[in-house]
Amino acid sequence: MTDLTAAFALALDMLLRFDPDLLEIVGLSLQVSLSAVGLAALIGLPLGAAVALFRFPGRLAINALLTAFMGLPPVVVGLIVYLLLSRAGPLGILGLLFTPAAMILAQCLLITPIIAALSAQTVADLHEEYDEQLRSLAAGPGQTLVTLLWDGRFRLLTAILAGFGRAVAEVGAVMIVGGNINHATRVMTTAIALETSKGNLALALALGIILIALALGVNLAAMAIRDAARVRYG
Amino acid sequence: MLTRRTLLPLLLLMLALPGHAAERSITVASTTSTENSGLFGYLLPIFQKKTGIEVRVVAVGTGQAIKLAQNGDADVLFVHHKPSEEKFVAEGYGVTRFDVMYNDFVIVGPKADPANVRGGHDAAAALRAIAEAKAVFASRGDDSGTHKKEQGLWRTASIDAVADSGQWYRETGSGMGATLNAAAGMGAYTLTDRASWIAFANKADLELLVEGDKHLFNQYGVTLVSPSRFPHIKAADGQAFIDWLIAPEGQKAISEFRVDDQQLFFPNASKAGS
Repeated sequence: MTDLTAAFALALDMLLRFDPDLLEIVGLSLQVSLSAVGLAALIGLPLGAAVALFRFPGRLAINALLTAFMGLPPVVVGLIVYLLLSRAGPLGILGLLFTPAAMILAQCLLITPIIAALSAQTVADLHEEYDEQLRSLAAGPGQTLVTLLWDGRFRLLTAILAGFGRAVAEVGAVMIVGGNINHATRVMTTAIALETSKGNLALALALGIILIALALGVNLAAMAIRDAARVRYG
Repeated sequence: MLTRRTLLPLLLLMLALPGHAAERSITVASTTSTENSGLFGYLLPIFQKKTGIEVRVVAVGTGQAIKLAQNGDADVLFVHHKPSEEKFVAEGYGVTRFDVMYNDFVIVGPKADPANVRGGHDAAAALRAIAEAKAVFASRGDDSGTHKKEQGLWRTASIDAVADSGQWYRETGSGMGATLNAAAGMGAYTLTDRASWIAFANKADLELLVEGDKHLFNQYGVTLVSPSRFPHIKAADGQAFIDWLIAPEGQKAISEFRVDDQQLFFPNASKAGS
Protein backbone atom coordinates (compact mmCIF):
# COMPACT_ATOMS: atom_id res chain seq x y z
CA MET A 1 0.00 0.00 0.00
CA THR A 2 2.83 2.41 0.77
CA ASP A 3 4.20 1.97 -2.76
CA LEU A 4 0.78 2.76 -4.20
CA THR A 5 0.34 6.03 -2.34
CA ALA A 6 4.00 6.92 -2.88
CA ALA A 7 3.50 6.35 -6.61
CA PHE A 8 0.70 8.90 -6.84
CA ALA A 9 2.72 11.44 -4.88
CA LEU A 10 5.77 10.83 -7.08
CA ALA A 11 3.76 11.10 -10.30
CA LEU A 12 2.29 14.40 -9.17
CA ASP A 13 5.68 15.66 -8.06
CA MET A 14 7.39 14.82 -11.37
CA LEU A 15 4.57 16.44 -13.33
CA LEU A 16 4.59 19.61 -11.26
CA ARG A 17 8.36 19.94 -11.45
CA PHE A 18 8.31 19.41 -15.23
CA ASP A 19 11.10 16.91 -14.67
CA PRO A 20 13.29 17.28 -17.79
CA ASP A 21 14.09 13.56 -18.05
CA LEU A 22 10.39 12.78 -17.79
CA LEU A 23 9.50 15.33 -20.47
CA GLU A 24 12.12 13.87 -22.80
CA ILE A 25 10.75 10.35 -22.34
CA VAL A 26 7.14 11.47 -22.71
CA GLY A 27 8.07 13.44 -25.83
CA LEU A 28 9.77 10.46 -27.43
CA SER A 29 6.87 8.16 -26.53
CA LEU A 30 4.45 10.52 -28.26
CA GLN A 31 6.74 11.09 -31.24
CA VAL A 32 7.24 7.37 -31.83
CA SER A 33 3.67 6.21 -31.24
CA LEU A 34 1.97 9.08 -33.08
CA SER A 35 4.28 8.62 -36.06
CA ALA A 36 3.56 4.89 -36.03
CA VAL A 37 -0.17 5.58 -35.89
CA GLY A 38 0.09 8.07 -38.77
CA LEU A 39 1.92 5.59 -40.96
CA ALA A 40 -0.31 2.70 -39.95
CA ALA A 41 -3.41 4.77 -40.76
CA LEU A 42 -2.05 5.67 -44.20
CA ILE A 43 -1.65 1.95 -44.92
CA GLY A 44 -4.40 0.44 -42.80
CA LEU A 45 -7.38 2.63 -43.72
CA PRO A 46 -7.22 2.08 -47.51
CA LEU A 47 -6.31 -1.57 -46.97
CA GLY A 48 -9.24 -2.12 -44.63
CA ALA A 49 -11.62 -0.31 -46.97
CA ALA A 50 -10.39 -2.30 -49.96
CA VAL A 51 -10.94 -5.57 -48.11
CA ALA A 52 -14.46 -4.44 -47.15
CA LEU A 53 -15.50 -3.18 -50.58
CA PHE A 54 -13.85 -5.19 -53.31
CA ARG A 55 -14.06 -8.81 -54.35
CA PHE A 56 -10.63 -10.04 -55.32
CA PRO A 57 -8.74 -13.34 -55.04
CA GLY A 58 -7.32 -13.88 -51.57
CA ARG A 59 -9.68 -11.36 -50.01
CA LEU A 60 -10.94 -13.79 -47.40
CA ALA A 61 -7.41 -14.86 -46.55
CA ILE A 62 -6.29 -11.26 -46.12
CA ASN A 63 -9.32 -10.53 -43.99
CA ALA A 64 -8.59 -13.52 -41.77
CA LEU A 65 -4.91 -12.58 -41.52
CA LEU A 66 -5.69 -8.98 -40.56
CA THR A 67 -8.08 -10.10 -37.85
CA ALA A 68 -5.65 -12.69 -36.52
CA PHE A 69 -2.75 -10.22 -36.60
CA MET A 70 -4.67 -7.81 -34.39
CA GLY A 71 -3.21 -9.94 -31.63
CA LEU A 72 0.40 -10.02 -32.86
CA PRO A 73 2.74 -10.43 -29.89
CA PRO A 74 4.87 -7.26 -29.65
CA VAL A 75 7.97 -9.22 -28.72
CA VAL A 76 7.70 -11.28 -31.93
CA VAL A 77 7.28 -8.14 -34.02
CA GLY A 78 10.30 -6.69 -32.22
CA LEU A 79 12.34 -9.77 -32.97
CA ILE A 80 11.40 -9.74 -36.67
CA VAL A 81 12.23 -6.05 -36.99
CA TYR A 82 15.49 -6.62 -35.11
CA LEU A 83 16.50 -9.40 -37.52
CA LEU A 84 15.60 -7.16 -40.48
CA LEU A 85 17.47 -4.11 -39.20
CA SER A 86 20.43 -5.83 -37.58
CA ARG A 87 23.74 -5.19 -39.31
CA ALA A 88 23.70 -8.88 -40.13
CA GLY A 89 20.17 -8.61 -41.57
CA PRO A 90 18.87 -7.59 -44.99
CA LEU A 91 18.25 -3.94 -44.06
CA GLY A 92 21.31 -3.60 -41.82
CA ILE A 93 22.97 -1.21 -44.21
CA LEU A 94 20.45 1.48 -43.22
CA GLY A 95 21.86 1.59 -39.69
CA LEU A 96 18.41 2.07 -38.21
CA LEU A 97 18.67 -0.34 -35.27
CA PHE A 98 18.49 1.34 -31.85
CA THR A 99 16.93 4.52 -33.31
CA PRO A 100 13.42 5.96 -32.96
CA ALA A 101 12.85 5.09 -36.65
CA ALA A 102 13.21 1.39 -35.83
CA MET A 103 10.70 1.78 -33.00
CA ILE A 104 8.24 3.54 -35.31
CA LEU A 105 8.57 0.73 -37.85
CA ALA A 106 7.96 -1.96 -35.23
CA GLN A 107 4.91 -0.24 -33.76
CA CYS A 108 3.57 0.47 -37.25
CA LEU A 109 3.75 -3.25 -38.11
CA LEU A 110 2.07 -4.05 -34.82
CA ILE A 111 -0.94 -1.76 -35.25
CA THR A 112 -1.55 -1.69 -39.01
CA PRO A 113 -3.63 -4.91 -38.77
CA ILE A 114 -5.67 -3.42 -35.93
CA ILE A 115 -6.48 -0.26 -37.87
CA ALA A 116 -7.12 -2.20 -41.09
CA ALA A 117 -9.38 -4.83 -39.51
CA LEU A 118 -11.42 -2.33 -37.50
CA SER A 119 -11.79 0.06 -40.44
CA ALA A 120 -12.83 -2.83 -42.71
CA GLN A 121 -15.76 -3.45 -40.40
CA THR A 122 -16.67 0.24 -40.24
CA VAL A 123 -16.45 0.68 -44.00
CA ALA A 124 -18.52 -2.47 -44.61
CA ASP A 125 -21.29 -1.08 -42.39
CA LEU A 126 -21.13 2.28 -44.14
CA HIS A 127 -21.26 0.61 -47.52
CA GLU A 128 -24.57 -0.99 -46.65
CA GLU A 129 -25.98 2.40 -45.67
CA TYR A 130 -24.72 4.22 -48.73
CA ASP A 131 -25.00 1.45 -51.33
CA GLU A 132 -28.03 2.83 -53.15
CA GLN A 133 -26.75 6.36 -53.17
CA LEU A 134 -23.38 5.31 -54.56
CA ARG A 135 -25.07 3.20 -57.20
CA SER A 136 -27.27 6.11 -58.33
CA LEU A 137 -24.12 8.25 -58.66
CA ALA A 138 -22.49 5.43 -60.67
CA ALA A 139 -19.41 5.84 -58.47
CA GLY A 140 -16.32 3.87 -59.53
CA PRO A 141 -14.46 1.64 -57.06
CA GLY A 142 -11.80 4.23 -56.24
CA GLN A 143 -14.37 6.93 -55.76
CA THR A 144 -16.47 4.65 -53.54
CA LEU A 145 -13.47 3.90 -51.35
CA VAL A 146 -12.48 7.54 -50.92
CA THR A 147 -16.06 8.64 -50.33
CA LEU A 148 -16.70 6.02 -47.68
CA LEU A 149 -13.40 6.68 -45.88
CA TRP A 150 -14.12 10.39 -45.89
CA ASP A 151 -17.72 10.04 -44.78
CA GLY A 152 -16.70 7.56 -42.12
CA ARG A 153 -13.79 9.62 -40.81
CA PHE A 154 -15.37 10.26 -37.44
CA ARG A 155 -16.20 6.59 -36.89
CA LEU A 156 -12.78 5.53 -38.15
CA LEU A 157 -11.19 7.62 -35.43
CA THR A 158 -12.01 4.79 -33.04
CA ALA A 159 -9.89 2.40 -35.11
CA ILE A 160 -7.03 4.86 -35.10
CA LEU A 161 -7.28 5.44 -31.36
CA ALA A 162 -7.28 1.68 -30.77
CA GLY A 163 -4.05 1.52 -32.75
CA PHE A 164 -2.55 4.37 -30.74
CA GLY A 165 -3.48 2.71 -27.47
CA ARG A 166 -1.75 -0.49 -28.49
CA ALA A 167 1.34 1.35 -29.76
CA VAL A 168 1.90 3.58 -26.77
CA ALA A 169 1.35 0.74 -24.28
CA GLU A 170 3.56 -1.96 -25.78
CA VAL A 171 7.01 -2.62 -24.38
CA GLY A 172 8.19 -5.84 -26.02
CA ALA A 173 8.92 -4.49 -29.49
CA VAL A 174 10.49 -1.13 -28.61
CA MET A 175 12.68 -2.77 -25.96
CA ILE A 176 14.28 -5.02 -28.58
CA VAL A 177 14.61 -2.65 -31.52
CA GLY A 178 15.15 0.54 -29.52
CA GLY A 179 17.41 -0.89 -26.81
CA ASN A 180 16.04 1.43 -24.09
CA ILE A 181 19.04 3.73 -24.51
CA ASN A 182 19.01 6.68 -22.13
CA HIS A 183 18.44 10.03 -23.92
CA ALA A 184 18.09 8.21 -27.25
CA THR A 185 15.43 5.52 -27.36
CA ARG A 186 13.99 5.36 -23.85
CA VAL A 187 10.18 5.65 -23.87
CA MET A 188 7.60 5.44 -21.11
CA THR A 189 7.08 1.68 -21.23
CA THR A 190 10.78 0.76 -21.34
CA ALA A 191 11.47 3.25 -18.55
CA ILE A 192 8.77 1.55 -16.47
CA ALA A 193 10.32 -1.86 -17.14
CA LEU A 194 13.76 -0.51 -16.18
CA GLU A 195 12.61 1.07 -12.91
CA THR A 196 10.75 -2.13 -12.04
CA SER A 197 13.93 -4.14 -12.57
CA LYS A 198 15.82 -1.71 -10.35
CA GLY A 199 13.25 -2.40 -7.65
CA ASN A 200 12.02 1.21 -7.74
CA LEU A 201 8.42 0.05 -7.74
CA ALA A 202 6.90 3.36 -6.67
CA LEU A 203 8.75 5.28 -9.38
CA ALA A 204 7.79 2.64 -11.96
CA LEU A 205 4.16 2.90 -10.98
CA ALA A 206 4.33 6.70 -11.02
CA LEU A 207 5.54 6.53 -14.62
CA GLY A 208 2.71 4.11 -15.33
CA ILE A 209 0.16 6.54 -13.94
CA ILE A 210 1.59 9.29 -16.13
CA LEU A 211 1.47 6.99 -19.19
CA ILE A 212 -2.18 6.19 -18.56
CA ALA A 213 -2.94 9.89 -18.09
CA LEU A 214 -1.13 10.60 -21.35
CA ALA A 215 -3.17 8.02 -23.26
CA LEU A 216 -6.32 9.45 -21.74
CA GLY A 217 -5.26 12.95 -22.78
CA VAL A 218 -4.62 11.92 -26.38
CA ASN A 219 -8.00 10.18 -26.56
CA LEU A 220 -9.83 13.15 -25.08
CA ALA A 221 -8.07 15.53 -27.46
CA ALA A 222 -8.91 13.34 -30.47
CA MET A 223 -12.54 13.13 -29.44
CA ALA A 224 -12.73 16.88 -28.83
CA ILE A 225 -11.33 17.52 -32.31
CA ARG A 226 -13.82 15.05 -33.74
CA ASP A 227 -16.78 16.69 -32.02
CA ALA A 228 -15.67 20.17 -33.02
CA ALA A 229 -15.23 19.06 -36.64
CA ARG A 230 -18.57 17.30 -36.57
CA VAL A 231 -20.33 20.47 -35.49
CA ARG A 232 -18.53 22.43 -38.18
CA TYR A 233 -18.79 20.04 -41.10
CA GLY A 234 -21.70 17.87 -40.04
CA MET B 1 -10.47 19.23 -44.23
CA LEU B 2 -9.21 20.93 -41.13
CA THR B 3 -7.95 17.79 -39.44
CA ARG B 4 -6.31 16.22 -42.46
CA ARG B 5 -4.63 19.42 -43.58
CA THR B 6 -3.08 20.05 -40.23
CA LEU B 7 -2.46 16.47 -39.20
CA LEU B 8 -0.48 15.17 -42.15
CA PRO B 9 2.29 17.77 -42.20
CA LEU B 10 2.50 17.41 -38.44
CA LEU B 11 3.05 13.66 -38.77
CA LEU B 12 5.66 14.10 -41.48
CA LEU B 13 7.41 16.66 -39.33
CA MET B 14 7.55 14.23 -36.44
CA LEU B 15 9.01 11.54 -38.65
CA ALA B 16 11.67 13.93 -39.82
CA LEU B 17 12.70 14.88 -36.31
CA PRO B 18 15.89 13.09 -35.34
CA GLY B 19 15.53 11.26 -32.06
CA HIS B 20 18.57 12.80 -30.50
CA ALA B 21 21.27 14.27 -32.64
CA ALA B 22 24.81 13.75 -31.40
CA GLU B 23 27.89 14.54 -33.42
CA ARG B 24 29.77 11.44 -32.30
CA SER B 25 28.29 8.44 -30.60
CA ILE B 26 29.10 4.80 -30.07
CA THR B 27 26.86 1.92 -29.06
CA VAL B 28 27.97 -0.29 -26.19
CA ALA B 29 26.36 -3.67 -25.57
CA SER B 30 26.56 -4.24 -21.84
CA THR B 31 24.94 -5.94 -18.90
CA THR B 32 22.06 -4.97 -16.69
CA SER B 33 24.32 -4.91 -13.62
CA THR B 34 26.44 -2.02 -14.93
CA GLU B 35 23.43 -0.04 -16.14
CA ASN B 36 21.00 -0.73 -13.28
CA SER B 37 23.56 0.03 -10.58
CA GLY B 38 24.01 3.51 -12.02
CA LEU B 39 27.68 3.03 -12.97
CA PHE B 40 27.19 4.15 -16.57
CA GLY B 41 25.07 7.08 -15.43
CA TYR B 42 28.14 8.16 -13.42
CA LEU B 43 30.94 7.34 -15.87
CA LEU B 44 29.54 8.34 -19.24
CA PRO B 45 29.03 12.07 -18.60
CA ILE B 46 32.66 12.29 -17.42
CA PHE B 47 33.86 10.55 -20.58
CA GLN B 48 31.60 12.60 -22.86
CA LYS B 49 32.75 15.86 -21.30
CA LYS B 50 36.36 14.94 -22.00
CA THR B 51 36.00 13.53 -25.52
CA GLY B 52 32.66 14.72 -26.89
CA ILE B 53 31.72 11.11 -27.62
CA GLU B 54 28.25 10.08 -26.54
CA VAL B 55 28.06 6.47 -25.36
CA ARG B 56 24.73 4.73 -25.95
CA VAL B 57 24.31 1.71 -23.74
CA VAL B 58 22.08 -1.20 -24.62
CA ALA B 59 21.84 -3.07 -21.32
CA VAL B 60 20.91 -6.74 -21.70
CA GLY B 61 22.21 -10.05 -20.35
CA THR B 62 25.75 -11.08 -21.27
CA GLY B 63 24.46 -13.75 -23.68
CA GLN B 64 22.29 -11.30 -25.58
CA ALA B 65 24.99 -8.60 -25.49
CA ILE B 66 27.45 -10.98 -27.16
CA LYS B 67 24.82 -11.89 -29.74
CA LEU B 68 24.24 -8.20 -30.52
CA ALA B 69 27.98 -7.65 -30.94
CA GLN B 70 28.30 -10.76 -33.12
CA ASN B 71 25.71 -9.26 -35.46
CA GLY B 72 27.70 -6.04 -35.61
CA ASP B 73 24.99 -4.11 -33.80
CA ALA B 74 27.33 -2.63 -31.18
CA ASP B 75 30.77 -1.02 -31.35
CA VAL B 76 31.99 -2.16 -27.95
CA LEU B 77 31.19 -5.18 -25.79
CA PHE B 78 31.36 -4.62 -22.00
CA VAL B 79 30.30 -7.76 -20.12
CA HIS B 80 31.31 -10.18 -17.36
CA HIS B 81 31.94 -13.71 -18.50
CA LYS B 82 35.58 -14.11 -19.46
CA PRO B 83 35.34 -17.51 -21.22
CA SER B 84 32.56 -16.24 -23.51
CA GLU B 85 34.46 -13.01 -24.18
CA GLU B 86 37.63 -14.91 -25.07
CA LYS B 87 35.63 -17.11 -27.40
CA PHE B 88 34.16 -13.97 -28.95
CA VAL B 89 37.67 -12.67 -29.67
CA ALA B 90 39.00 -16.06 -30.81
CA GLU B 91 36.19 -16.39 -33.35
CA GLY B 92 37.21 -13.08 -34.87
CA TYR B 93 34.29 -10.94 -33.68
CA GLY B 94 36.38 -8.86 -31.29
CA VAL B 95 39.80 -7.23 -31.46
CA THR B 96 41.32 -7.52 -27.97
CA ARG B 97 39.75 -8.08 -24.58
CA PHE B 98 40.84 -5.96 -21.62
CA ASP B 99 40.13 -6.47 -17.93
CA VAL B 100 38.39 -3.37 -16.57
CA MET B 101 37.11 -4.00 -13.07
CA TYR B 102 35.70 -6.62 -10.77
CA ASN B 103 33.30 -7.09 -7.97
CA ASP B 104 31.83 -10.27 -6.59
CA PHE B 105 28.71 -12.36 -6.56
CA VAL B 106 26.79 -13.00 -3.37
CA ILE B 107 24.00 -15.36 -2.42
CA VAL B 108 20.97 -13.63 -0.98
CA GLY B 109 17.90 -15.25 0.48
CA PRO B 110 15.00 -14.91 2.90
CA LYS B 111 15.67 -13.79 6.50
CA ALA B 112 14.24 -17.08 7.78
CA ASP B 113 17.01 -18.92 5.88
CA PRO B 114 15.36 -22.36 5.66
CA ALA B 115 18.53 -23.97 4.22
CA ASN B 116 20.63 -22.51 7.01
CA VAL B 117 23.40 -21.05 4.85
CA ARG B 118 23.85 -17.70 6.63
CA GLY B 119 27.43 -16.67 7.23
CA GLY B 120 28.93 -19.29 4.93
CA HIS B 121 31.90 -18.58 2.68
CA ASP B 122 31.55 -21.62 0.40
CA ALA B 123 29.09 -20.95 -2.43
CA ALA B 124 28.90 -24.54 -3.69
CA ALA B 125 28.24 -25.85 -0.18
CA ALA B 126 25.50 -23.25 0.26
CA LEU B 127 23.85 -24.31 -3.01
CA ARG B 128 24.06 -27.94 -1.91
CA ALA B 129 22.31 -27.06 1.36
CA ILE B 130 19.62 -25.16 -0.55
CA ALA B 131 19.05 -28.15 -2.85
CA GLU B 132 18.93 -30.59 0.06
CA ALA B 133 16.40 -28.44 1.91
CA LYS B 134 14.47 -28.05 -1.38
CA ALA B 135 14.35 -24.36 -0.51
CA VAL B 136 13.16 -22.17 -3.37
CA PHE B 137 15.99 -20.84 -5.55
CA ALA B 138 15.40 -18.22 -8.25
CA SER B 139 17.73 -18.64 -11.21
CA ARG B 140 18.24 -16.04 -13.95
CA GLY B 141 17.82 -18.79 -16.54
CA ASP B 142 18.69 -16.33 -19.31
CA ASP B 143 22.21 -17.24 -20.39
CA SER B 144 23.56 -14.08 -18.73
CA GLY B 145 26.98 -13.83 -17.08
CA THR B 146 25.36 -14.32 -13.69
CA HIS B 147 23.45 -17.33 -14.96
CA LYS B 148 26.63 -18.89 -16.38
CA LYS B 149 28.37 -18.32 -13.05
CA GLU B 150 25.48 -19.97 -11.23
CA GLN B 151 25.54 -22.97 -13.57
CA GLY B 152 29.27 -23.35 -12.86
CA LEU B 153 28.60 -23.32 -9.11
CA TRP B 154 25.95 -26.05 -9.43
CA ARG B 155 28.47 -28.15 -11.37
CA THR B 156 31.02 -27.64 -8.60
CA ALA B 157 28.37 -28.74 -6.11
CA SER B 158 27.59 -31.80 -8.32
CA ILE B 159 23.88 -31.02 -8.33
CA ASP B 160 21.61 -31.10 -11.36
CA ALA B 161 19.31 -28.29 -10.29
CA VAL B 162 17.64 -27.97 -13.70
CA ALA B 163 16.17 -31.46 -13.18
CA ASP B 164 14.00 -29.87 -10.48
CA SER B 165 13.11 -26.85 -12.58
CA GLY B 166 9.59 -25.73 -11.77
CA GLN B 167 9.82 -27.37 -8.34
CA TRP B 168 12.13 -25.63 -5.87
CA TYR B 169 14.40 -24.46 -8.72
CA ARG B 170 12.69 -21.57 -10.51
CA GLU B 171 14.13 -20.16 -13.74
CA THR B 172 12.81 -16.63 -14.18
CA GLY B 173 14.33 -16.16 -17.63
CA SER B 174 14.76 -12.45 -16.96
CA GLY B 175 17.23 -9.80 -15.82
CA MET B 176 18.88 -9.45 -12.42
CA GLY B 177 16.40 -6.89 -11.15
CA ALA B 178 13.37 -8.87 -12.28
CA THR B 179 14.86 -11.99 -10.70
CA LEU B 180 15.51 -10.15 -7.42
CA ASN B 181 11.91 -8.93 -7.52
CA ALA B 182 10.77 -12.52 -8.04
CA ALA B 183 13.03 -13.80 -5.25
CA ALA B 184 11.67 -11.12 -2.91
CA GLY B 185 8.14 -12.15 -3.84
CA MET B 186 8.73 -15.90 -3.43
CA GLY B 187 11.06 -15.77 -0.47
CA ALA B 188 13.67 -17.46 -2.64
CA TYR B 189 17.46 -17.65 -2.59
CA THR B 190 19.29 -16.26 -5.59
CA LEU B 191 22.78 -15.49 -6.87
CA THR B 192 23.37 -11.82 -7.67
CA ASP B 193 26.30 -9.56 -8.38
CA ARG B 194 26.98 -7.29 -5.42
CA ALA B 195 26.42 -4.08 -7.40
CA SER B 196 22.89 -5.06 -8.46
CA TRP B 197 22.17 -6.17 -4.89
CA ILE B 198 23.32 -2.95 -3.23
CA ALA B 199 21.54 -0.75 -5.74
CA PHE B 200 18.34 -2.82 -5.67
CA ALA B 201 15.54 -0.91 -3.97
CA ASN B 202 12.96 -3.66 -3.32
CA LYS B 203 14.89 -6.00 -1.02
CA ALA B 204 11.78 -6.77 1.06
CA ASP B 205 12.59 -9.82 3.20
CA LEU B 206 15.86 -10.67 1.44
CA GLU B 207 19.27 -10.57 3.12
CA LEU B 208 22.82 -11.11 2.03
CA LEU B 209 23.72 -14.58 3.34
CA VAL B 210 26.84 -15.94 1.62
CA GLU B 211 29.88 -13.99 0.43
CA GLY B 212 33.66 -14.10 0.29
CA ASP B 213 34.18 -17.31 -1.72
CA LYS B 214 36.96 -16.82 -4.28
CA HIS B 215 34.76 -18.68 -6.76
CA LEU B 216 32.35 -15.75 -6.53
CA PHE B 217 34.83 -13.40 -8.19
CA ASN B 218 33.17 -11.38 -10.97
CA GLN B 219 35.48 -9.94 -13.63
CA TYR B 220 34.28 -7.38 -16.17
CA GLY B 221 36.00 -7.06 -19.52
CA VAL B 222 35.73 -4.71 -22.48
CA THR B 223 36.30 -5.58 -26.14
CA LEU B 224 36.19 -3.57 -29.36
CA VAL B 225 34.03 -5.28 -31.99
CA SER B 226 36.18 -6.12 -35.01
CA PRO B 227 36.16 -3.34 -37.63
CA SER B 228 37.70 -5.71 -40.18
CA ARG B 229 34.68 -7.94 -39.80
CA PHE B 230 32.19 -5.07 -39.66
CA PRO B 231 33.42 -2.00 -41.60
CA HIS B 232 30.74 0.25 -40.07
CA ILE B 233 32.11 -0.19 -36.54
CA LYS B 234 33.23 3.12 -35.07
CA ALA B 235 36.66 1.78 -34.22
CA ALA B 236 38.45 5.02 -33.30
CA ASP B 237 35.74 6.29 -30.93
CA GLY B 238 35.14 2.81 -29.53
CA GLN B 239 38.82 2.36 -28.84
CA ALA B 240 38.93 5.83 -27.26
CA PHE B 241 36.27 4.67 -24.78
CA ILE B 242 38.18 1.46 -24.01
CA ASP B 243 41.46 3.35 -23.63
CA TRP B 244 39.83 5.79 -21.22
CA LEU B 245 38.26 2.99 -19.15
CA ILE B 246 41.56 1.19 -18.61
CA ALA B 247 43.67 4.35 -18.19
CA PRO B 248 44.25 5.79 -14.70
CA GLU B 249 41.55 8.41 -15.24
CA GLY B 250 38.79 5.93 -16.06
CA GLN B 251 39.96 3.52 -13.37
CA LYS B 252 39.83 6.29 -10.79
CA ALA B 253 36.30 7.24 -11.88
CA ILE B 254 35.19 3.61 -11.50
CA SER B 255 36.59 3.46 -7.98
CA GLU B 256 34.88 6.71 -7.05
CA PHE B 257 31.40 5.49 -7.99
CA ARG B 258 29.43 4.89 -4.81
CA VAL B 259 25.93 3.77 -3.89
CA ASP B 260 24.96 4.24 -0.25
CA ASP B 261 28.61 5.04 0.52
CA GLN B 262 29.69 1.65 -0.80
CA GLN B 263 32.11 1.08 -3.65
CA LEU B 264 30.44 -1.25 -6.17
CA PHE B 265 33.21 -1.90 -8.70
CA PHE B 266 36.95 -2.29 -8.17
CA PRO B 267 39.21 -1.28 -11.07
CA ASN B 268 41.87 -3.83 -12.04
CA ALA B 269 42.91 -3.06 -15.59
CA SER B 270 46.38 -4.14 -16.59
CA LYS B 271 48.03 -2.52 -19.59
CA ALA B 272 48.18 -5.63 -21.74
CA GLY B 273 45.04 -7.18 -23.12
CA SER B 274 44.20 -10.74 -22.17
